[in-house]
Amino acid sequence: MSIPMTGQPVPGRDPRAGSKLKKGLKQWMAVLPFIFLGVAGTAVFVIYPMIRNIVISFQDYSIMPGANNPFVGFDNYVSAFTDPNNKVLMAIRNTFLNVAVTVPVNWLLAIVFAVLINLHFVKHKIVFRTVYYLPIITSWIVVAFLFRFLFAGGEYGLINYILYKQLGLFSEPINFLSNYWSAMVVIWLFHIWKTVGWGVVIYLAALQGISKEYYEAAAIDGANGTKQFWSITVPMLGPVTAFVLINLVNGAFNFFPQVYFITRGGPMDQTQTLPSLMYLQAFKNFNFGYASAVAVMMGIAVFALTYTQMKKFGNQRFL
Amino acid sequence: MKTKWPIQLLVYAIIALGALSFLFPFVYMILTSFIKGAYSLPRPKEVFSVVPDLYNYKLVWSKNNFARYFLNSSVVTLVAMTGSLFLGCLTAYGFARFTFPGKEFLFRTFLLTMMIPGVINIIPQFLIVKSLGLVDTYGGLWLIYIGGGVVGSAFFLRGFFQSIPKEYEESVLIDGGGNWRIFWNIYLPQSMPAIATLAIFSFQGTWEEYFTALVIIKDEAMRTLPIALLMFNDKYATNYSWIFAASIIALLPTVLLYILFQKRFVQSGFNEGGVKG
Repeated sequence: MSIPMTGQPVPGRDPRAGSKLKKGLKQWMAVLPFIFLGVAGTAVFVIYPMIRNIVISFQDYSIMPGANNPFVGFDNYVSAFTDPNNKVLMAIRNTFLNVAVTVPVNWLLAIVFAVLINLHFVKHKIVFRTVYYLPIITSWIVVAFLFRFLFAGGEYGLINYILYKQLGLFSEPINFLSNYWSAMVVIWLFHIWKTVGWGVVIYLAALQGISKEYYEAAAIDGANGTKQFWSITVPMLGPVTAFVLINLVNGAFNFFPQVYFITRGGPMDQTQTLPSLMYLQAFKNFNFGYASAVAVMMGIAVFALTYTQMKKFGNQRFL
Repeated sequence: MKTKWPIQLLVYAIIALGALSFLFPFVYMILTSFIKGAYSLPRPKEVFSVVPDLYNYKLVWSKNNFARYFLNSSVVTLVAMTGSLFLGCLTAYGFARFTFPGKEFLFRTFLLTMMIPGVINIIPQFLIVKSLGLVDTYGGLWLIYIGGGVVGSAFFLRGFFQSIPKEYEESVLIDGGGNWRIFWNIYLPQSMPAIATLAIFSFQGTWEEYFTALVIIKDEAMRTLPIALLMFNDKYATNYSWIFAASIIALLPTVLLYILFQKRFVQSGFNEGGVKG
């Protein structure tokens, strides 16, 4: 690809179209050294995999070298929905439960803690913020160990110790991870405990960004604290709330370490979500076609969920 | 404006309760890591009366090649982080400062990929690395970490790059410098807080990464820390004092980084008053 730096446009063509092309090429040559690697990396490791995923989802794919990987039409999708154990349907159900339970709790805790910490008389705001943020900087694996430990079965797991031994709320110690609902509750608590700090930090930043002048003006007009909160704070937090909610929904939609490290999908694949099911099917059972079909369905679902909102918030910067 | 003391007390009680519920599990974990020879689930009474002792830390450090895995993770993370930052900065600069045909299209495509969770790409990424013959090498891992992460970091940095006033470039242009000089002498130093923030995110993301590393690295000697931790957990399932001692060692680098950089974290209004008169 060489670009003539000087010279006339090719005769016979619209001269303006020629110079436009030349200008475009020149612009590309200037920017290419900067974006080439990034664009190439994204093309190879993000965009091509998405296409490849769709292809594999229509194949009976084998990891063995030299396998001919025949195309099987929609077989993988059909088997995902006709499987007698209903793994995929169960995973979809769990995903909706995860969103329905954790998003409201997470959001409410985040805004309440942030507003309270931000009150003018509270001292050591930074200390509180740091403590609330601690779970975020801890790795999922370690927090999972911790939760498995706290919710261990038998009477000496701390939660059992408190609820059964000390308070006598149950007639016997609970095996949290071997029953569906109790395992789900542990997964939800794990997720909420681990991520609430993110919402708190985002809301604190947003609250501190509201100019004091609004409150001073309101105070002169005789509005008290409660009035100020509802007529200044709440409306000013609108866009941030949208941002926080989108991220919370997305996070709850994509439970993966939450499930994988706590229950590994058990008992009997009942607590699986789509990502954990996909990963285990691919790399434990080597069902690549089936796993890709799950991945494609998940990709479409998440995409549909976020597309409209992300468009609105795509250009905003947040920490 | 004075708030009545019962309200103040109530507010403090609520946020202190919140803080306690975040802190207490950590405290319980640290205390458990001091218990000697816990082959069964330690009783809460034992945990609360334990005497601090680094015995388990010394033990796990020399056990099961733990020190080796720590080193592996350091190498993987430092290279991946440096590569991601460098590529992210370059790409962000390209998108922030240049106009070229198809830029809008390219940027929108980038944005679209951000809406699809990265985890679903793990199967094809593995197949690509396999066809390159890079399974069981850090090269394969770095390609996925860096190539797969560039969109996120470029997107994060682009906003900061765009807010750097054009006036800054004039001094370089007057000296006869070009795009690279502007990149090195203006954009990078001006965006240091943003780059530092991204560096920490990148560090934490790679340091903790489990799923891709498990798929790409099969050789036991090359495992990274998260894999080693989980294997350690499977092997000594009930020995929580060892598991937590190992976990706390694994957490230290990230925690230290956050403490060191806490003040320099990007907040809003980071570039106020850059151009004077």
